[in-house]
Amino acid sequence: MPQMNMMQALTSAMDVKLAEDERVLAFGEDVGYFGGVFGVTRGLQEKYGSSRVFDAPINEGAIIAMAMGMATNGMRPIAEIQFADYIFPGFDQIISELTRIRYRSAGQYTAPVTIRTPCGGGIYGGQTHSMSPEAFFTHIPGLVVAMPSNPYDAKGLLISCIESDDPALFFEPKRLYNGPFDGDPNKPQSSWKDHPKGEVPEGNYTVPLGVADVVREGSDVTVVAYGTMVHVALAAAEAEGVDAEIIDLRTLIPYDIDTVARSVQKTGRCVILHEAPRTSGFGAELAAQIQEDCFYSLEAPIQRVTGWDTPYPHAHEWSYFPGQERVARALKKTVEFA
Amino acid sequence: MGKAEPRISVPAPAFRPGDTPGFSRLGLPRPGHHARPDILADAAEIRDLAFGLVGVLDEEANAVGDWAPGLSPEELRAGLKTMVLTREYDNRMLKMQRTKRLSFYMKSLGEEAVAVAATQALDAGDMLFPSYRQQGALIQRGAELVDMMCHCISNSRDNLKGRQLPVHYTRKDLNWFSVSGNLGTQFPQAVGWSMASALKGETAIACSWIGDGTTAEGDFHAAMTLASTYNAPVVLNVVNNQWAISMHNSISGGKAPSFAAKAIGYGIPGIRVDGNDYLAVAAVTRWAAERARGGGGPTLIESYTYRGEAHSTSDDPSKYRPKDEYEAWPLGDPVERLRAHLIKLGEWDGEQHEAWQAECKQAVADAWKEALTYGTLEEGPHAPVPTMFEDVFTAQPWHLRRQRQELGV
Ligand SMILES: Cc1ncc(C[n+]2csc(CCOP(=O)(O)OP(=O)(O)O)c2C)c(N)n1
Ligand SMILES: [Mg+2]
Repeated sequence: MPQMNMMQALTSAMDVKLAEDERVLAFGEDVGYFGGVFGVTRGLQEKYGSSRVFDAPINEGAIIAMAMGMATNGMRPIAEIQFADYIFPGFDQIISELTRIRYRSAGQYTAPVTIRTPCGGGIYGGQTHSMSPEAFFTHIPGLVVAMPSNPYDAKGLLISCIESDDPALFFEPKRLYNGPFDGDPNKPQSSWKDHPKGEVPEGNYTVPLGVADVVREGSDVTVVAYGTMVHVALAAAEAEGVDAEIIDLRTLIPYDIDTVARSVQKTGRCVILHEAPRTSGFGAELAAQIQEDCFYSLEAPIQRVTGWDTPYPHAHEWSYFPGQERVARALKKTVEFA
Repeated sequence: MGKAEPRISVPAPAFRPGDTPGFSRLGLPRPGHHARPDILADAAEIRDLAFGLVGVLDEEANAVGDWAPGLSPEELRAGLKTMVLTREYDNRMLKMQRTKRLSFYMKSLGEEAVAVAATQALDAGDMLFPSYRQQGALIQRGAELVDMMCHCISNSRDNLKGRQLPVHYTRKDLNWFSVSGNLGTQFPQAVGWSMASALKGETAIACSWIGDGTTAEGDFHAAMTLASTYNAPVVLNVVNNQWAISMHNSISGGKAPSFAAKAIGYGIPGIRVDGNDYLAVAAVTRWAAERARGGGGPTLIESYTYRGEAHSTSDDPSKYRPKDEYEAWPLGDPVERLRAHLIKLGEWDGEQHEAWQAECKQAVADAWKEALTYGTLEEGPHAPVPTMFEDVFTAQPWHLRRQRQELGV
């Protein structure tokens, strides 16, 4: 099976859909001739022409509104927002329009738009190239939100989003583009080459939306994570010698409460991880739902390890990033809680 | 001919890698062509300025026509010196980024006049709302290179406490706003600032710059609407350097005849100026500033120029435009053109120029050496870690205090 990094897997997903479905289009800033600032749409304009893969003016609201207009007229657009930090000029189009059109028109109009956007820090990107703004979007009724942690899932999930009849926001943890990242910035850049999840089929396959993946089975504590934090969790559990059950959520909305609840009912303990700030973060939603569903099983308070409630700093990004040490400490505290 | 049917088109630049660039198609008016209108001229009467190109320096390096700003030799030398210094600073910082001393950098090669001449034409009290490519304006305002460097490497002397990406300078003491990474946001803010100044009965105006690509953002329209509605004393600049990362300006400009022409619909003057002509940029900025100060309201200036280097240290422009496109740019190099003019005036010579270049190189090297004594990006020292939790609010609320304690700092 071909080995792909996450960027190649994403390109492949779009390639597959552009080839088999004429309604699929891809556009965004620098997406056409250049193939995107991270190269994720590289080669697609050449292959499918500039009326299907093209550059868009620097106006995120325009990009999303155009995608919505096209989608309500039969197309399946994939819109790229260059960085998640720059999605906010399009926020109104997402929250007031894209995600409500089905509801407000009682199903007469639907907008199957997929928005792709790189997120997350760890690349010295400072406060405008590092955000993980998923919680703003999980709060919006009617929006599918997904975030993969590896190339295999990235391709399968992106195809699911494109095929979904609902609008979807697809976050790409940019720190994982080239290889898994366990949170240790001093290690050399790893690669997807020897990783089992770097094996990506060429053709069409899907990873279903709303289904989490148990990436490590364990009995001491359940760790709920997504994106980059999945790899940090694996490394921290290993380092701390904790028999953690690690769940990669993959889809945030709708999230797989069954898999999460089953695990927490088994372990009785839970730690939630995300890179985004803590307050009103997605972890707050998870913690609330878990305590509702697993109250009688819980043996320790649910812990959250997250980014701090500050903008993402430049020089101190590794003091900001919820790395292995902080995750390990939370695991230990939760496991030892009596 | 087949039957007519609707069809869309996606603009493409005239030249891509492998093509031979040539700009003869631009057909721009010659320097000295345009008359300089009265500073309170009716916007409707001067629409031609939005479609033309105000130029002063001709091919023989003479200042010609109505717009010649009458800058003194001292002023011209100061401008030249600042542009050369800016260029040396940029060169050094790029090199330092290549050796990983900076996380990121953005040069302004070829666009130095757009920032330096405009700033020289303003008062020191006028507020600048720049994008990330007007470092020349900051140097013109008197920023010490060592301070700029300390910011770029986030060391202990960085006045922004290591919080910002390099080149996102903030200098309130120099009436330089805070550079945002989010494109275009400063444009309507500049309008608001200038309105407050007028409301307070002050004479300071505001001046902002955005790129050609950024005109597509809603904030461009927001700024133009506000400026027009409230007759705000603001100078709004579009730096048309032809490119927005890999996207040619036809993607943001569409079928518009010029970016300056967008002003017409708002009823405010739009002037296109040769951005590589120091005298022309100074003249047009001075006109707009006098108009604003005289109660005439806003002006939109399009500086026609070319981005001589990569967008930033993150892209390779040879992937999307011909390698030699810059050499083919018909409006030349702002440094060379001003240098030639000063030499023609007998106010500068080749030896002086070389000496100044050497002096700049030395000044930049010395500043870099000094900057490193305050720490490096990789090794620090940086601002103390607890400062990360400061300035989020006026006073630190309980949750940030807890988070700081959790981090153990
Ligand atoms: C809101 C927003 N969207 C996208 C970006 C990413 N981005 C940074 S610079 C840039 C191109 C800007 O081009 P232009 O306005 O022409 O300015 P130039 O870089 O040429 O000076 C883009 C797309 C951003 N910083 N902010
Ligand atoms: Mg530009």
